[in-house]
Amino acid sequence: MRDFWNRYKRNRSAVFGLVVIFLVILMAATADLLYAFDPFRLAGKPLSSPGTNGFLLGSDSLGRDVAAGIVHGAKTSLLIGLVATLVAVFIGILFGALAGYYGGQIDNILMRVTEVFQTIPSFIFAILLVAILKPSIYSVVIAISVVSWPGVARLVRGEFLSLKNREFVQACHTLGMSDLRIMLREILPNCLSPIIVIGSLMIATAILIESGLSFLGLGDPNIMSWGFQIGAGRTMLRSAWWVCTFPGVAILITVLAINLVGEGLNDALNPRLRERN
Amino acid sequence: MKQKLLDIADLYIELPKGADRQYAIQKVNLELKQGETLCVVGESGSGKSLTARAIMGLLPQPHVRVSNGEIIFNSEDITKVSYERLRELRGSEISMIFQEPMTALNPVMSIGSQIDEIFRYHVDMSKADRQKRAVELLDDVNLPNPEQIMRAYPHELSGGQRQRAMIAMALALKPQILIADEPTTALDVTTQAQILKLIKDMQKVYNTGVLFITHDFGVVADIADRVMVMQHGIVVESGPVKQVLNNPKHPYTKALISAVPSLSPRKAKTISKEKVLEVQNVCKTFGGGRGLFGFGRPSRQVEALKDVTLDLYNGETLGVVGESGSGKSTLARCIIRLMDTDSGAITIEGTQINMLKRKAMRAWRNKIQMVFQDPFASLNPRIKVGDIIAQGPITQGINREEAIKRARELISIVGLDDKSFDRYPHEFSGGQRQRIGIARSLALKPEILIADEPVSALDVSIQSQILDLLDDIREQMKLSMIFITHDLRVAAQVCDRMAVMQYGEVVEIGKTKDIFAKPQHPYTIDLLSAVPGKDWKSSASKKLTKTKTKSKS
Repeated sequence: MRDFWNRYKRNRSAVFGLVVIFLVILMAATADLLYAFDPFRLAGKPLSSPGTNGFLLGSDSLGRDVAAGIVHGAKTSLLIGLVATLVAVFIGILFGALAGYYGGQIDNILMRVTEVFQTIPSFIFAILLVAILKPSIYSVVIAISVVSWPGVARLVRGEFLSLKNREFVQACHTLGMSDLRIMLREILPNCLSPIIVIGSLMIATAILIESGLSFLGLGDPNIMSWGFQIGAGRTMLRSAWWVCTFPGVAILITVLAINLVGEGLNDALNPRLRERN
Repeated sequence: MKQKLLDIADLYIELPKGADRQYAIQKVNLELKQGETLCVVGESGSGKSLTARAIMGLLPQPHVRVSNGEIIFNSEDITKVSYERLRELRGSEISMIFQEPMTALNPVMSIGSQIDEIFRYHVDMSKADRQKRAVELLDDVNLPNPEQIMRAYPHELSGGQRQRAMIAMALALKPQILIADEPTTALDVTTQAQILKLIKDMQKVYNTGVLFITHDFGVVADIADRVMVMQHGIVVESGPVKQVLNNPKHPYTKALISAVPSLSPRKAKTISKEKVLEVQNVCKTFGGGRGLFGFGRPSRQVEALKDVTLDLYNGETLGVVGESGSGKSTLARCIIRLMDTDSGAITIEGTQINMLKRKAMRAWRNKIQMVFQDPFASLNPRIKVGDIIAQGPITQGINREEAIKRARELISIVGLDDKSFDRYPHEFSGGQRQRIGIARSLALKPEILIADEPVSALDVSIQSQILDLLDDIREQMKLSMIFITHDLRVAAQVCDRMAVMQYGEVVEIGKTKDIFAKPQHPYTIDLLSAVPGKDWKSSASKKLTKTKTKSKS
């Protein structure tokens, strides 16, 4: 573990990313302390510029506090990003592991199914799903997971394909071990590193998709989110720039930080890079 | 008077900080003359390959660098010349052939264009001339149909053909020095014999100085004029081949040479009449599958096993010998049910196990176990050694405490420290890992042990330790063993009987002693005559039996 941290630490920007993510998480966790009111509440004069009328980052056309929206929106973004990614990784591992391990017709069928999902442009597919399921936080999570699991499935399948013919797996067969146990205890732990890396990057994508959906008005109407704020402010971009800009910057910084961390995890977990040092 | 080509004086190569030793090689001195073959021998990590790379200027700089000494090639110090000059020298004056011809050749370029490249960069010739010269070269290295080979890509050639093409490229510009880094290690014995002969022949034609790096004393005996033995980056002994091989001075050289298994078979045990395993008319074909819904052409079929029949008697070691692609590993995997047979019968104690369902087979797993070839791939890197060994009994329904107790016993039986129990596989060396693999296979108390090339990935000195261990265990646990190997020397030392396989068929089976004395099948005769250094060991074996008993004590 210390070894891992030493390798991770070598990548300065990854450490920076980790600090930023930590701050975003802190912000989300203390949202109710910082702004102990509903971010949808009309808090004062509409379209106040930043620093006036008691608004740190200004207010929007209905007088909602932009700063409060960002702080509460962080909760939404992180939660959706994390949950959607976990669901997607789970489905991806399930499909990939079965396809890679059993091969043959099972692989054929599972991979053709995966391809069906991969051929539909993911954002349009997500819009379609949310539109069918009615916008709510659940449908957003489902939509994001459904469009992002195929990548994981492909990755896991590849890993399983190469690992299942290793001698240590064959040795387990000769000991009479069951397939489930071989998959879970022998093979899966050996492909965790790439899964962690792809998973961390998927959180960033999930946050982007969620923002996109909320921007188009397909987010949960009762939950504050960054995409919703941008969508609400876009018509006044020229007269009240702050309404769109600050949530946009929040998305940019968070996604960038997550990508940096993913990059750092890749460096730290990738054994080939490890040997080079 | 032969001209001196290469003179290395007091060469030190420094490793980066944090490596296991400060210098990769220390105080190396060597000389190479025209038309001479100098063999550099050593086990893995002895620094022999780095020495060769230093001559070519191919050290992975800046981490690894020459820190002292000089490499004089025709009165020019290679360690000091400019990068441009080095590039001129490489290929035209000094060239190199590598161990693995598949990775040394560019897979997306045809052989012809790869040879052409050498001429284009080094000499001024017209396209037609270059083409003609390339065909001549391929013809020189005895490749059939040179014109066709010119157009072929590396994957279309066999291993031996690829190595011939590599040699053709290395000799294209008539270099004065040829460095061969384990050029035959990845090849079969019969191919190896041909390639060694080719290198010898080409050397005569071009009067090249050959620096030959190898770990195999048999090869040394066949081709070397002089030998240099390296250990941990230090030259421990050097001299004319006869002197070093037959009269080694340094204890390390003695130990290495005595570890080379002798070709004269050991005394066979009296074989019991009781059959523990019968293999009858087993066939196995690969390929022939189609895609989803049965579209697409069926893939090419390979008959890996054709009508294989053999018996294993109680307490004996049966060797299965053959070159790559002979089906020996497929046979092992069919017997242990890692693969399904197409037809035929594999019988243990009257039960035909090759037709059992997986569930039913589980009960038979503790009768028959396997030791794998690659000690680095055969242990799960994420599981502790103790758990790896205890896994088998636990899977078979033995309670955890009992299994762990057995694992601890086995760790000491295979000669490992008790502390090994809580360590991960990467903390162990190749030989120790193979011991762990053996302990795992013994944890189920099997009656039959299949060893699939258990020593071919190990250095000679460790090889003999593992063979001794297997022998002891076989006696102690009253095992019957199927021993798969490509190395006839090993087979001679381990097997009571042996079966020779070629193209999926058993071409000859009998007592090891009889097969070595009077091989019947032409393929067996070829195999035996291709063993490197066979004349040397038979003449020197008398002297060495003495050192062998000494080194064991």
